[in-house]
Amino acid sequence: MSVKVLLPNAFQKHTNGTREMQSQAQNLPQLLIEIETSFPALKPHLRDEDGKVRRFINFYVNEEDIRFLGNDEYAFKDGDEVLVIPSIAGGAL
Amino acid sequence: MASFYELRCRECGKRFSNQPLSSCDECFSSLEVAYDLTAAKKTFTRERIARGPQSMWRYQALLPVPDDYVPTTPSGMTPLMAAPRLAKRIGATNLYLKNDAVCLPTLSFKDRVVSVALAAAQNFGFDTVGCSSTGNLANAVAAHAARLGLKTYILVPTDLEPAKILNTQVYGANLVRIDGNYDAVNRLCTQIAERYNWGFVNVNLRPYYAEGSKTVGYEIAEQLGWRLPDNVVVPMAGGALISKIRKAFGELIELGLVENKQVRFFGAQATGCSPIAHAVKNGLSHHEPQRPNTIARSLAIGNPADGPYAIRAINESGGWAEDVSDVEIVSAIQELAETEGVFTETAGGVTTAVTARLYAHGRIAPGDLTVVAITGNGLKTLDVLQGKYEQQQAIRPRLADFEALVEQDREEAYVR
Repeated sequence: MSVKVLLPNAFQKHTNGTREMQSQAQNLPQLLIEIETSFPALKPHLRDEDGKVRRFINFYVNEEDIRFLGNDEYAFKDGDEVLVIPSIAGGAL
Repeated sequence: MASFYELRCRECGKRFSNQPLSSCDECFSSLEVAYDLTAAKKTFTRERIARGPQSMWRYQALLPVPDDYVPTTPSGMTPLMAAPRLAKRIGATNLYLKNDAVCLPTLSFKDRVVSVALAAAQNFGFDTVGCSSTGNLANAVAAHAARLGLKTYILVPTDLEPAKILNTQVYGANLVRIDGNYDAVNRLCTQIAERYNWGFVNVNLRPYYAEGSKTVGYEIAEQLGWRLPDNVVVPMAGGALISKIRKAFGELIELGLVENKQVRFFGAQATGCSPIAHAVKNGLSHHEPQRPNTIARSLAIGNPADGPYAIRAINESGGWAEDVSDVEIVSAIQELAETEGVFTETAGGVTTAVTARLYAHGRIAPGDLTVVAITGNGLKTLDVLQGKYEQQQAIRPRLADFEALVEQDREEAYVR
Protein backbone atom coordinates (compact mmCIF):
# COMPACT_ATOMS: atom_id res chain seq x y z
CA MET A 1 0.00 0.00 0.00
CA SER A 2 1.25 3.42 -0.90
CA VAL A 3 -0.08 6.97 -0.83
CA LYS A 4 1.19 10.00 -2.71
CA VAL A 5 1.95 13.07 -0.59
CA LEU A 6 2.17 16.55 -2.10
CA LEU A 7 4.11 19.08 -0.04
CA PRO A 8 3.63 22.86 -0.27
CA ASN A 9 6.21 25.41 -1.42
CA ALA A 10 6.49 26.68 2.15
CA PHE A 11 7.99 23.31 3.22
CA GLN A 12 10.65 23.20 0.52
CA LYS A 13 13.22 25.19 2.42
CA HIS A 14 13.18 22.36 4.99
CA THR A 15 12.84 19.44 2.54
CA ASN A 16 15.72 20.22 0.16
CA GLY A 17 13.19 21.16 -2.47
CA THR A 18 11.20 17.91 -2.33
CA ARG A 19 7.61 18.53 -3.41
CA GLU A 20 6.28 15.01 -3.57
CA MET A 21 6.83 11.73 -1.74
CA GLN A 22 5.41 8.21 -1.62
CA SER A 23 4.46 6.91 1.80
CA GLN A 24 3.53 3.55 3.31
CA ALA A 25 1.82 5.23 6.28
CA GLN A 26 -1.52 3.78 7.38
CA ASN A 27 -2.89 7.02 8.78
CA LEU A 28 -2.11 10.69 9.48
CA PRO A 29 -0.10 10.24 12.71
CA GLN A 30 2.11 7.66 10.94
CA LEU A 31 2.49 9.94 7.94
CA LEU A 32 3.62 12.83 10.10
CA ILE A 33 6.28 10.69 11.72
CA GLU A 34 7.44 9.53 8.30
CA ILE A 35 7.62 13.12 7.00
CA GLU A 36 9.62 14.15 10.06
CA THR A 37 11.97 11.18 9.71
CA SER A 38 12.52 11.92 6.02
CA PHE A 39 13.01 15.64 6.63
CA PRO A 40 14.36 16.20 10.14
CA ALA A 41 14.78 19.92 9.44
CA LEU A 42 11.01 20.24 9.03
CA LYS A 43 10.11 18.81 12.43
CA PRO A 44 10.54 21.93 14.60
CA HIS A 45 8.45 23.89 12.11
CA LEU A 46 5.68 21.32 11.82
CA ARG A 47 4.87 21.12 15.52
CA ASP A 48 4.36 23.72 18.23
CA GLU A 49 6.01 23.86 21.66
CA ASP A 50 3.65 21.16 22.95
CA GLY A 51 4.52 18.79 20.13
CA LYS A 52 1.16 19.26 18.42
CA VAL A 53 0.93 19.75 14.67
CA ARG A 54 0.42 23.46 14.05
CA ARG A 55 -3.22 24.42 13.61
CA PHE A 56 -2.64 26.31 10.40
CA ILE A 57 -1.49 23.20 8.51
CA ASN A 58 -4.31 21.53 6.60
CA PHE A 59 -4.37 17.97 5.25
CA TYR A 60 -6.60 16.85 2.39
CA VAL A 61 -7.16 13.31 1.13
CA ASN A 62 -8.37 13.12 -2.47
CA GLU A 63 -9.73 16.68 -2.27
CA GLU A 64 -11.51 16.19 1.07
CA ASP A 65 -10.40 17.87 4.29
CA ILE A 66 -9.15 14.99 6.46
CA ARG A 67 -11.09 16.42 9.41
CA PHE A 68 -14.30 15.42 7.62
CA LEU A 69 -12.97 11.87 7.14
CA GLY A 70 -12.15 11.17 10.77
CA ASN A 71 -8.80 12.95 11.02
CA ASP A 72 -6.26 10.71 12.83
CA GLU A 73 -8.68 7.78 12.63
CA TYR A 74 -8.90 7.80 8.85
CA ALA A 75 -7.17 4.73 7.35
CA PHE A 76 -5.31 5.61 4.15
CA LYS A 77 -6.22 3.54 1.08
CA ASP A 78 -3.85 2.48 -1.65
CA GLY A 79 -3.51 5.28 -4.19
CA ASP A 80 -4.81 8.03 -1.90
CA GLU A 81 -3.40 11.47 -2.69
CA VAL A 82 -2.60 13.50 0.43
CA LEU A 83 -2.24 17.23 -0.02
CA VAL A 84 -0.64 19.44 2.63
CA ILE A 85 -1.55 23.14 2.61
CA PRO A 86 -0.32 25.66 5.15
CA SER A 87 -2.64 28.47 6.26
CA ILE A 88 -5.39 28.09 3.71
CA ALA A 89 -6.14 31.47 2.18
CA GLY A 90 -9.31 32.69 0.52
CA GLY A 91 -12.23 34.85 1.56
CA ALA A 92 -12.21 38.50 2.47
CA LEU A 93 -15.35 39.30 4.40
CA MET B 1 4.60 60.07 1.93
CA ALA B 2 3.44 56.49 2.31
CA SER B 3 4.39 54.53 5.37
CA PHE B 4 7.12 51.94 5.27
CA TYR B 5 5.55 48.51 4.97
CA GLU B 6 6.64 44.88 4.82
CA LEU B 7 5.21 41.42 5.40
CA ARG B 8 5.15 39.94 8.87
CA CYS B 9 4.03 36.55 10.19
CA ARG B 10 0.95 36.91 12.36
CA GLU B 11 2.10 34.18 14.75
CA CYS B 12 5.91 34.08 15.00
CA GLY B 13 6.54 37.66 13.82
CA LYS B 14 9.13 36.74 11.16
CA ARG B 15 9.59 39.59 8.68
CA PHE B 16 9.59 39.22 4.91
CA SER B 17 10.36 41.73 2.17
CA ASN B 18 7.42 42.67 -0.05
CA GLN B 19 6.66 39.73 -2.33
CA PRO B 20 3.69 37.60 -3.47
CA LEU B 21 3.59 35.31 -0.44
CA SER B 22 0.86 34.45 2.05
CA SER B 23 2.35 31.97 4.51
CA CYS B 24 5.37 31.91 6.78
CA ASP B 25 8.12 29.39 5.96
CA GLU B 26 8.95 28.97 9.64
CA CYS B 27 5.60 28.29 11.33
CA PHE B 28 3.30 28.14 8.25
CA SER B 29 0.89 30.73 9.63
CA SER B 30 -0.47 33.56 7.50
CA LEU B 31 1.34 36.80 6.76
CA GLU B 32 0.06 40.32 7.19
CA VAL B 33 1.30 43.73 6.07
CA ALA B 34 2.92 45.64 8.93
CA TYR B 35 3.57 49.38 8.83
CA ASP B 36 5.91 51.83 10.39
CA LEU B 37 3.54 54.74 10.89
CA THR B 38 6.21 57.15 12.15
CA ALA B 39 6.47 59.03 8.86
CA ALA B 40 2.70 59.13 8.36
CA LYS B 41 2.20 60.54 11.87
CA LYS B 42 3.66 63.90 10.87
CA THR B 43 2.06 64.30 7.48
CA PHE B 44 -1.16 62.30 7.39
CA THR B 45 -3.57 64.77 8.98
CA ARG B 46 -7.36 65.14 8.86
CA GLU B 47 -6.92 68.18 6.63
CA ARG B 48 -4.78 66.30 4.16
CA ILE B 49 -7.24 63.42 4.06
CA ALA B 50 -10.08 65.86 3.42
CA ARG B 51 -8.19 67.19 0.38
CA GLY B 52 -7.81 63.67 -1.03
CA PRO B 53 -10.02 62.01 -3.65
CA GLN B 54 -13.61 61.01 -2.85
CA SER B 55 -12.61 57.35 -2.74
CA MET B 56 -10.76 54.89 -0.54
CA TRP B 57 -7.54 56.23 -2.07
CA ARG B 58 -7.72 59.25 0.25
CA TYR B 59 -6.08 56.81 2.69
CA GLN B 60 -3.36 55.74 0.23
CA ALA B 61 -0.63 56.49 2.79
CA LEU B 62 -2.03 53.69 4.97
CA LEU B 63 -2.25 51.13 2.16
CA PRO B 64 0.54 48.85 0.86
CA VAL B 65 1.13 50.54 -2.49
CA PRO B 66 4.18 52.41 -3.78
CA ASP B 67 4.32 56.18 -3.18
CA ASP B 68 3.87 56.95 -6.86
CA TYR B 69 0.94 54.57 -7.41
CA VAL B 70 -1.88 56.19 -9.38
CA PRO B 71 -5.21 54.42 -8.81
CA THR B 72 -7.52 54.05 -11.80
CA THR B 73 -10.84 53.16 -10.16
CA PRO B 74 -12.57 55.26 -7.51
CA SER B 75 -13.72 52.45 -5.21
CA GLY B 76 -14.90 53.07 -1.67
CA MET B 77 -16.06 56.22 0.16
CA THR B 78 -19.54 54.74 0.20
CA PRO B 79 -22.37 56.38 2.18
CA LEU B 80 -22.59 56.06 5.94
CA MET B 81 -26.34 56.39 6.44
CA ALA B 82 -28.36 56.92 9.59
CA ALA B 83 -30.98 54.16 9.71
CA PRO B 84 -33.74 55.51 11.98
CA ARG B 85 -36.61 53.46 10.55
CA LEU B 86 -34.78 50.15 10.82
CA ALA B 87 -33.56 51.26 14.25
CA LYS B 88 -37.13 51.81 15.44
CA ARG B 89 -38.12 48.38 14.17
CA ILE B 90 -35.37 46.57 16.10
CA GLY B 91 -35.26 48.66 19.28
CA ALA B 92 -32.22 50.82 18.51
CA THR B 93 -31.89 54.60 18.59
CA ASN B 94 -28.47 55.32 17.09
CA LEU B 95 -27.99 52.98 14.15
CA TYR B 96 -25.96 53.53 10.96
CA LEU B 97 -25.41 51.55 7.78
CA LYS B 98 -22.07 51.53 5.98
CA ASN B 99 -23.49 50.95 2.54
CA ASP B 100 -21.07 49.05 0.31
CA ALA B 101 -24.02 47.81 -1.74
CA VAL B 102 -23.13 50.86 -3.83
CA CYS B 103 -19.35 50.45 -3.85
CA LEU B 104 -17.88 51.07 -7.31
CA PRO B 105 -17.44 49.58 -9.80
CA THR B 106 -19.09 46.20 -9.04
CA LEU B 107 -21.44 47.00 -6.13
CA SER B 108 -19.72 45.16 -3.33
CA PHE B 109 -17.11 45.68 -0.65
CA LYS B 110 -14.76 43.47 -2.69
CA ASP B 111 -13.91 46.40 -4.95
CA ARG B 112 -11.83 47.76 -2.08
CA VAL B 113 -9.65 44.70 -1.59
CA VAL B 114 -9.22 44.08 -5.30
CA SER B 115 -8.09 47.69 -5.84
CA VAL B 116 -5.20 47.10 -3.47
CA ALA B 117 -4.47 43.54 -4.63
CA LEU B 118 -4.17 44.53 -8.27
CA ALA B 119 -1.93 47.46 -7.37
CA ALA B 120 0.33 44.86 -5.75
CA ALA B 121 -0.02 42.56 -8.78
CA GLN B 122 1.17 45.34 -11.06
CA ASN B 123 4.00 46.17 -8.70
CA PHE B 124 5.16 42.53 -8.77
CA GLY B 125 4.89 42.46 -12.58
CA PHE B 126 2.11 39.88 -12.98
CA ASP B 127 0.32 39.90 -16.33
CA THR B 128 -2.33 37.40 -15.18
CA VAL B 129 -4.42 37.63 -12.04
CA GLY B 130 -7.05 35.39 -10.53
CA CYS B 131 -9.01 34.43 -7.47
CA SER B 132 -11.19 31.83 -5.86
CA SER B 133 -14.54 33.43 -5.33
CA THR B 134 -18.06 33.05 -4.03
CA GLY B 135 -19.12 35.65 -6.61
CA ASN B 136 -18.55 39.23 -5.53
CA LEU B 137 -14.80 38.86 -5.66
CA ALA B 138 -15.05 37.32 -9.14
CA ASN B 139 -17.02 40.38 -10.30
CA ALA B 140 -14.50 42.78 -8.78
CA VAL B 141 -11.39 41.02 -10.12
CA ALA B 142 -12.94 40.81 -13.59
CA ALA B 143 -13.86 44.51 -13.71
CA HIS B 144 -10.65 45.89 -12.22
CA ALA B 145 -8.48 43.59 -14.37
CA ALA B 146 -10.33 44.70 -17.49
CA ARG B 147 -9.58 48.33 -16.66
CA LEU B 148 -5.91 47.56 -16.06
CA GLY B 149 -5.57 45.28 -19.11
CA LEU B 150 -4.64 42.21 -17.07
CA LYS B 151 -5.52 38.63 -18.05
CA THR B 152 -7.64 36.64 -15.61
CA TYR B 153 -8.32 33.15 -14.31
CA ILE B 154 -11.31 33.31 -12.00
CA LEU B 155 -12.38 30.12 -10.24
CA VAL B 156 -15.89 29.73 -8.80
CA PRO B 157 -18.05 26.93 -7.40
CA THR B 158 -20.67 25.56 -9.83
CA ASP B 159 -23.66 26.54 -7.69
CA LEU B 160 -23.03 30.27 -7.92
CA GLU B 161 -25.94 32.65 -8.53
CA PRO B 162 -26.44 33.24 -12.31
CA ALA B 163 -26.13 37.02 -11.82
CA LYS B 164 -22.70 36.67 -10.30
CA ILE B 165 -21.53 34.48 -13.17
CA LEU B 166 -22.83 36.92 -15.79
CA ASN B 167 -21.39 39.87 -13.87
CA THR B 168 -17.97 38.25 -14.22
CA GLN B 169 -18.18 37.11 -17.83
CA VAL B 170 -19.34 40.49 -19.12
CA TYR B 171 -15.87 41.92 -18.43
CA GLY B 172 -14.31 39.34 -20.72
CA ALA B 173 -12.92 37.37 -17.80
CA ASN B 174 -11.75 33.81 -18.07
CA LEU B 175 -14.23 32.13 -15.72
CA VAL B 176 -13.55 28.55 -14.63
CA ARG B 177 -16.40 26.73 -12.89
CA ILE B 178 -15.30 24.06 -10.44
CA ASP B 179 -17.36 21.06 -9.46
CA GLY B 180 -17.12 21.61 -5.70
CA ASN B 181 -17.84 24.10 -2.93
CA TYR B 182 -15.85 27.24 -2.19
CA ASP B 183 -13.42 25.46 0.09
CA ALA B 184 -12.56 23.04 -2.72
CA VAL B 185 -12.11 25.93 -5.16
CA ASN B 186 -9.91 27.67 -2.67
CA ARG B 187 -7.73 24.62 -2.12
CA LEU B 188 -7.28 24.24 -5.88
CA CYS B 189 -6.38 27.93 -6.20
CA THR B 190 -3.68 27.51 -3.59
CA GLN B 191 -2.19 24.68 -5.68
CA ILE B 192 -2.44 26.71 -8.89
CA ALA B 193 -0.76 29.72 -7.30
CA GLU B 194 2.20 27.51 -6.36
CA ARG B 195 2.46 26.18 -9.91
CA TYR B 196 1.89 29.25 -12.10
CA ASN B 197 3.48 32.65 -11.93
CA TRP B 198 0.17 34.47 -11.53
CA GLY B 199 -1.16 36.84 -8.93
CA PHE B 200 -4.07 35.27 -7.10
CA VAL B 201 -5.59 38.12 -5.14
CA ASN B 202 -6.76 36.04 -2.19
CA VAL B 203 -3.93 33.51 -2.20
CA ASN B 204 -0.38 34.77 -2.86
CA LEU B 205 -1.46 38.45 -2.86
CA ARG B 206 -3.68 37.96 0.16
CA PRO B 207 -1.70 40.05 2.67
CA TYR B 208 -1.97 43.10 0.36
CA TYR B 209 -5.53 42.37 -0.69
CA ALA B 210 -6.79 42.11 2.88
CA GLU B 211 -5.41 45.58 3.67
CA GLY B 212 -8.06 47.08 1.38
CA SER B 213 -10.64 46.06 3.99
CA LYS B 214 -9.21 48.63 6.39
CA THR B 215 -10.67 51.44 4.31
CA VAL B 216 -14.16 50.52 5.60
CA GLY B 217 -12.89 51.35 9.08
CA TYR B 218 -11.15 54.60 8.07
CA GLU B 219 -14.28 55.80 6.29
CA ILE B 220 -16.59 54.98 9.20
CA ALA B 221 -14.40 57.03 11.54
CA GLU B 222 -14.09 59.99 9.17
CA GLN B 223 -17.80 59.97 8.27
CA LEU B 224 -18.72 59.98 11.96
CA GLY B 225 -16.73 63.22 12.25
CA TRP B 226 -13.46 61.57 13.28
CA ARG B 227 -14.77 59.48 16.14
CA LEU B 228 -15.20 55.75 16.60
CA PRO B 229 -18.56 54.02 17.05
CA ASP B 230 -19.48 51.96 20.12
CA ASN B 231 -20.16 48.81 18.08
CA VAL B 232 -19.65 47.45 14.60
CA VAL B 233 -21.63 44.52 13.17
CA VAL B 234 -19.79 42.76 10.37
CA PRO B 235 -20.61 39.75 8.17
CA MET B 236 -18.04 36.96 8.31
CA ALA B 237 -17.00 34.52 5.60
CA GLY B 238 -13.20 34.16 5.61
CA GLY B 239 -13.20 36.35 8.73
CA ALA B 240 -10.81 39.05 7.45
CA LEU B 241 -13.05 42.12 7.35
CA ILE B 242 -13.82 42.20 11.06
CA SER B 243 -10.17 42.06 12.13
CA LYS B 244 -9.12 44.56 9.46
CA ILE B 245 -11.69 47.15 10.55
CA ARG B 246 -10.27 46.71 14.03
CA LYS B 247 -6.75 47.17 12.67
CA ALA B 248 -7.90 50.34 10.90
CA PHE B 249 -9.33 51.82 14.10
CA GLY B 250 -6.09 50.95 15.89
CA GLU B 251 -4.02 52.77 13.25
CA LEU B 252 -6.23 55.87 13.45
CA ILE B 253 -5.76 55.90 17.22
CA GLU B 254 -1.98 55.49 16.82
CA LEU B 255 -1.90 58.36 14.32
CA GLY B 256 -3.86 60.56 16.72
CA LEU B 257 -6.68 61.01 14.19
CA VAL B 258 -9.34 59.73 16.63
CA GLU B 259 -9.58 59.41 20.38
CA ASN B 260 -8.76 56.04 21.89
CA LYS B 261 -11.88 53.97 22.42
CA GLN B 262 -12.74 50.32 22.88
CA VAL B 263 -15.04 49.49 19.97
CA ARG B 264 -16.93 46.22 20.32
CA PHE B 265 -16.96 43.94 17.27
CA PHE B 266 -19.91 41.70 16.47
CA GLY B 267 -19.72 39.00 13.80
CA ALA B 268 -22.62 37.73 11.67
CA GLN B 269 -22.93 34.37 9.93
CA ALA B 270 -25.63 32.18 8.43
CA THR B 271 -26.47 29.17 10.60
CA GLY B 272 -25.82 26.93 7.58
CA CYS B 273 -22.19 28.05 7.62
CA SER B 274 -21.22 29.38 11.01
CA PRO B 275 -17.80 28.07 12.07
CA ILE B 276 -16.72 31.39 13.58
CA ALA B 277 -20.02 32.12 15.38
CA HIS B 278 -20.01 28.55 16.70
CA ALA B 279 -16.50 29.01 18.10
CA VAL B 280 -17.38 32.34 19.77
CA LYS B 281 -20.59 30.98 21.30
CA ASN B 282 -18.78 27.92 22.64
CA GLY B 283 -15.73 29.72 23.97
CA LEU B 284 -13.29 28.13 21.49
CA SER B 285 -10.16 29.95 20.34
CA HIS B 286 -10.17 28.15 16.97
CA HIS B 287 -13.03 27.23 14.67
CA GLU B 288 -13.90 23.73 13.49
CA PRO B 289 -14.44 23.54 9.70
CA GLN B 290 -18.02 23.02 8.50
CA ARG B 291 -19.64 21.91 5.26
CA PRO B 292 -21.62 24.99 4.16
CA ASN B 293 -25.35 24.77 3.45
CA THR B 294 -26.94 28.20 3.19
CA ILE B 295 -28.48 30.58 0.65
CA ALA B 296 -25.89 33.15 1.79
CA ARG B 297 -23.37 31.83 -0.71
CA SER B 298 -21.07 34.81 -0.41
CA LEU B 299 -20.52 33.80 3.23
CA ALA B 300 -20.34 30.05 2.56
CA ILE B 301 -16.75 29.41 3.60
CA GLY B 302 -16.55 26.34 5.83
CA ASN B 303 -12.88 26.73 6.72
CA PRO B 304 -12.32 30.49 7.13
CA ALA B 305 -8.71 31.54 6.65
CA ASP B 306 -8.96 34.33 9.22
CA GLY B 307 -11.27 32.45 11.57
CA PRO B 308 -8.91 32.50 14.58
CA TYR B 309 -8.25 36.24 14.09
CA ALA B 310 -11.96 37.03 13.80
CA ILE B 311 -12.60 35.08 17.02
CA ARG B 312 -9.80 37.00 18.71
CA ALA B 313 -11.09 40.39 17.50
CA ILE B 314 -14.57 39.61 18.81
CA ASN B 315 -13.44 38.25 22.17
CA GLU B 316 -10.80 40.90 22.89
CA SER B 317 -13.21 43.71 22.04
CA GLY B 318 -16.00 42.40 24.25
CA GLY B 319 -18.25 41.65 21.28
CA TRP B 320 -20.20 38.58 20.27
CA ALA B 321 -21.18 36.53 17.23
CA GLU B 322 -24.56 35.26 16.11
CA ASP B 323 -25.94 33.20 13.25
CA VAL B 324 -29.36 33.27 11.60
CA SER B 325 -31.44 30.92 9.46
CA ASP B 326 -32.04 31.24 5.72
CA VAL B 327 -35.66 32.29 6.38
CA GLU B 328 -34.48 35.10 8.66
CA ILE B 329 -31.94 36.19 6.02
CA VAL B 330 -34.64 36.71 3.37
CA SER B 331 -36.94 38.53 5.82
CA ALA B 332 -34.09 40.81 6.80
CA ILE B 333 -33.30 41.64 3.16
CA GLN B 334 -36.93 42.72 2.80
CA GLU B 335 -36.95 44.60 6.09
CA LEU B 336 -33.83 46.61 5.23
CA ALA B 337 -35.24 47.49 1.82
CA GLU B 338 -38.66 48.44 3.25
CA THR B 339 -37.32 50.56 6.09
CA GLU B 340 -34.20 52.20 4.66
CA GLY B 341 -34.42 51.81 0.88
CA VAL B 342 -31.27 49.72 0.79
CA PHE B 343 -31.45 46.53 -1.24
CA THR B 344 -28.74 44.19 -0.07
CA GLU B 345 -27.74 40.66 -1.00
CA THR B 346 -27.95 37.63 1.26
CA ALA B 347 -24.81 38.58 3.23
CA GLY B 348 -26.49 41.90 4.12
CA GLY B 349 -29.58 39.97 5.14
CA VAL B 350 -27.40 37.96 7.51
CA THR B 351 -25.89 41.10 9.02
CA THR B 352 -29.25 42.86 9.37
CA ALA B 353 -30.92 39.83 10.98
CA VAL B 354 -28.01 39.33 13.36
CA THR B 355 -28.09 43.02 14.31
CA ALA B 356 -31.78 42.73 15.20
CA ARG B 357 -31.03 39.71 17.36
CA LEU B 358 -28.14 41.43 19.15
CA TYR B 359 -30.51 44.23 20.20
CA ALA B 360 -33.28 41.76 21.08
CA HIS B 361 -30.94 39.75 23.31
CA GLY B 362 -29.54 42.85 24.98
CA ARG B 363 -26.04 42.33 23.63
CA ILE B 364 -26.15 45.89 22.29
CA ALA B 365 -27.73 48.69 24.32
CA PRO B 366 -30.44 50.69 22.47
CA GLY B 367 -28.59 54.02 22.63
CA ASP B 368 -25.19 52.73 21.50
CA LEU B 369 -23.75 54.16 18.29
CA THR B 370 -23.72 51.05 16.13
CA VAL B 371 -22.55 50.71 12.53
CA VAL B 372 -23.77 47.78 10.43
CA ALA B 373 -21.56 46.81 7.47
CA ILE B 374 -23.68 46.14 4.40
CA THR B 375 -21.26 44.58 1.95
CA GLY B 376 -23.17 43.62 -1.19
CA ASN B 377 -26.03 44.48 -3.52
CA GLY B 378 -29.38 42.70 -3.72
CA LEU B 379 -29.47 42.83 -7.51
CA LYS B 380 -26.92 40.03 -7.49
CA THR B 381 -29.01 37.56 -5.46
CA LEU B 382 -32.49 38.10 -6.89
CA ASP B 383 -33.09 34.35 -6.90
CA VAL B 384 -33.69 34.25 -3.14
CA LEU B 385 -36.72 36.53 -3.55
CA GLN B 386 -38.36 34.35 -6.21
CA GLY B 387 -42.03 33.86 -5.32
CA LYS B 388 -41.95 36.41 -2.50
CA TYR B 389 -44.12 38.95 -4.32
CA GLU B 390 -47.41 38.51 -6.13
CA GLN B 391 -47.63 40.01 -9.58
CA GLN B 392 -50.69 42.27 -9.68
CA GLN B 393 -52.92 41.70 -12.69
CA ALA B 394 -52.52 44.43 -15.31
CA ILE B 395 -55.34 46.97 -15.59
CA ARG B 396 -56.53 48.81 -18.70
CA PRO B 397 -54.99 52.28 -19.23
CA ARG B 398 -58.14 53.95 -17.88
CA LEU B 399 -58.50 56.22 -14.86
CA ALA B 400 -61.65 54.32 -13.77
CA ASP B 401 -59.72 51.09 -13.60
CA PHE B 402 -57.02 52.74 -11.53
CA GLU B 403 -59.60 54.26 -9.16
CA ALA B 404 -61.19 50.84 -8.71
CA LEU B 405 -57.78 49.39 -7.91
CA VAL B 406 -57.04 52.05 -5.27
CA GLU B 407 -60.51 51.51 -3.75
CA GLN B 408 -59.85 47.78 -3.60
CA ASP B 409 -56.50 48.40 -1.88
CA ARG B 410 -58.24 50.61 0.70
CA GLU B 411 -60.85 47.95 1.41
CA GLU B 412 -58.19 45.31 1.83
CA ALA B 413 -56.23 47.58 4.15
CA TYR B 414 -59.44 48.17 6.18
CA VAL B 415 -60.05 44.41 6.47
CA ARG B 416 -56.47 43.89 7.66
